[in-house]
Amino acid sequence: MEIFLQQIINGLTLGSIYALVALGYTMVYGILGLINFAHGEVVMVGALVALSVIKALAASALPGPVVVLFGALVAVVVCMLLGGAIERVAYRPLRHAPRLAPLITAIGISILLQQLAMLFWGRNYHAFPPILPASPHSVFGASITDVQILVVVLAGLIMLGLTQLINRTRMGRAMRATAENPAIAQLMGVDINRVIALTFVMGSALAAVAGVMVSANYGIAHYHMGFMLGLKAFTAAVLGGIGNLPGAMLGGLLLGLIEALGAGYIGDLTGGFLGSHYQDVFAFAVLILVLVFRPSGLMGEKVSERA
Amino acid sequence: MKIQFKGLTVAMIAALSVVACGKKEESQPAAAPAAPAVPEVVVKLGHVAPLTGPQGHLGKDNENGARLAVEELNAKALEIGGAKVKFELLSEDDQADPKQGTVVAQKLVDAKVNGVIGHLNSGTTIPASKLYSDAGIPQISGSATNPKYTDQGFKTAFRVMANDVQQGKVLGEFTTGNLKAKKIAIIDDRTAYGQGLADEFEKAVKASGGEIVAREFTNDKATDFAAILTKIKGKKPEVVFYGGMDAQAGPMAKQLKTLGIKAKFLGGDGMCTPEFIKLAGDAAADSQYCSLPGMPLDKLAGGAAFKETFTKRFGGEIQLYAPYVYDAVMVMADSMKRANSVEPAKYLSEIPKTDYQGVTAKIGFDEKGDLKGGAISLYQVKDAKWAYLETLGGAPAAAPEAAAPAPAAAPAPVAAPAEKK
Repeated sequence: MEIFLQQIINGLTLGSIYALVALGYTMVYGILGLINFAHGEVVMVGALVALSVIKALAASALPGPVVVLFGALVAVVVCMLLGGAIERVAYRPLRHAPRLAPLITAIGISILLQQLAMLFWGRNYHAFPPILPASPHSVFGASITDVQILVVVLAGLIMLGLTQLINRTRMGRAMRATAENPAIAQLMGVDINRVIALTFVMGSALAAVAGVMVSANYGIAHYHMGFMLGLKAFTAAVLGGIGNLPGAMLGGLLLGLIEALGAGYIGDLTGGFLGSHYQDVFAFAVLILVLVFRPSGLMGEKVSERA
Repeated sequence: MKIQFKGLTVAMIAALSVVACGKKEESQPAAAPAAPAVPEVVVKLGHVAPLTGPQGHLGKDNENGARLAVEELNAKALEIGGAKVKFELLSEDDQADPKQGTVVAQKLVDAKVNGVIGHLNSGTTIPASKLYSDAGIPQISGSATNPKYTDQGFKTAFRVMANDVQQGKVLGEFTTGNLKAKKIAIIDDRTAYGQGLADEFEKAVKASGGEIVAREFTNDKATDFAAILTKIKGKKPEVVFYGGMDAQAGPMAKQLKTLGIKAKFLGGDGMCTPEFIKLAGDAAADSQYCSLPGMPLDKLAGGAAFKETFTKRFGGEIQLYAPYVYDAVMVMADSMKRANSVEPAKYLSEIPKTDYQGVTAKIGFDEKGDLKGGAISLYQVKDAKWAYLETLGGAPAAAPEAAAPAPAAAPAPVAAPAEKK
């Protein structure tokens, strides 16, 4: 039983991170119908910026959590600027171009950011300084660390706040209007350039938070870390229904749980015929099944038809 | 192969001819008066390793090892076959990807390199070795340990590192003997290296009376191992073995601690790096062990000097395979010297006859191209550093047949250090 509980905790931690990154994909897709493949690299930049700040301050007398918070804040600001810049440079000039063009610039930006990060931070792995309490708490025999609790709670709060922002504020209404029909929204007085830029900036802020979470939880940051994470989060967004905010959260959490439970039980269920190396196969098989029966994803029915 | 005779300036011709005449009067009586200039020949050495991606830090380390060797060789101004030899390093990036490995291998074949150093990973080395073999280009890897690499019967394939059969065996017997473990869990990263080493380890553990309670898998890009480690926790192993590289082993050690798994953690050469300690952070503890073929650098003549030169030249610590790659280049140059030719077809036959004292070991090859003897050293984490524990396995020049019965006797001499703890 405690093994099962532990796997749920593992899955929720992983899933929360996926969900946060998936939100960035889904927000941009919802508004522009564009898959921002550079999003995973923004997560990476966030993690490395935060780590550089934290490393610089680790020797100071400040308590660990304050240092991490400060590092996270710097990372959020840097990533917001970066997200805005990416939109301005790579996507805005191509807004009326065929859909393939911004997809290619997205991949280009992704490669560019990766190589720049390699030049700047080097090829070596960066370790998270041990300034956060690492000793796990025991919950019914399963162990959970403070960082893990923080990851899950913070991810939940951010998602809640974001939903409120989209559904309750004036800015949120402008975003929903732009998503539904940019041309009409503009006629109604919505500054769509501002709305789109803001979407990128917000998505990038979430990416920065996710990056800090990943490096704090796994104690590792590397210029290549954004690739796999971005791919998984994109999968989560598609699983939940891309363009749909609650869908991205659900997809992220679900993917995390499927991976954890898949790796934990697939061997026992198949009598050792399939092992934990089928973890990803399992996750993607679920994705394919969902897409076969619900082509727009689990919660995708609300996605508006684009003009 | 391409030989470039470079025109030298008049001043250099004069200077060189004086040197050449002074040094090699008897060996080249005909050449000296006829052509006062010693021709220069460029020897292109291909080097392949993942320079980008998750293993970029190890690839760059390999490249630095090769670069240092090439620079030292050039500084010595060797003369081979009556020509002054200038070594040139053609460094390629295979991203640790077997597909990319064959692409860059073809590129090096097309560039008509005189020899190839690498690749880093077994997974890229094995498919690439066929291309080099077909082109007749000698290949020496400093780090590919999967036995398949030399089992294919290619005359051109060599390695200056013990293979996984030798290493897996020592690790397995160390686990059941010195660590006195009965229940063992194995994880590997499904690469040719990780899987190969884990399979050999499993065989050795079973042969020496251990029980494998779990066999789990991950990949060489993963950072989250909580799910498989949780499963392993349920089987209550005494030792967890990982076949893979440091970038995964570090976070894995951390997650073992987080999940409250008390088992000892053991791995092969892939996690024997300072990077592992860094990434494991406060989880780095004396319950962690790794193995590296050869003897520790400090214990070998010239090892400490190599370390110093390397750090001075590249301004960083040696990660892992740089000394082995350095030796690989030196062995290749040594064979060229003995063959008195830089032509692959001519010096290839000299490589098997190698008897070279390198910085990592006394290097000689068996009939397959594997390193002869293959002593394996074990290390344990002590005060956030890999500290040398002991050396197990073959004597420096033991024949492969003689190596087989040796392990039976191996646990006896190593029992003493284990009791010291």
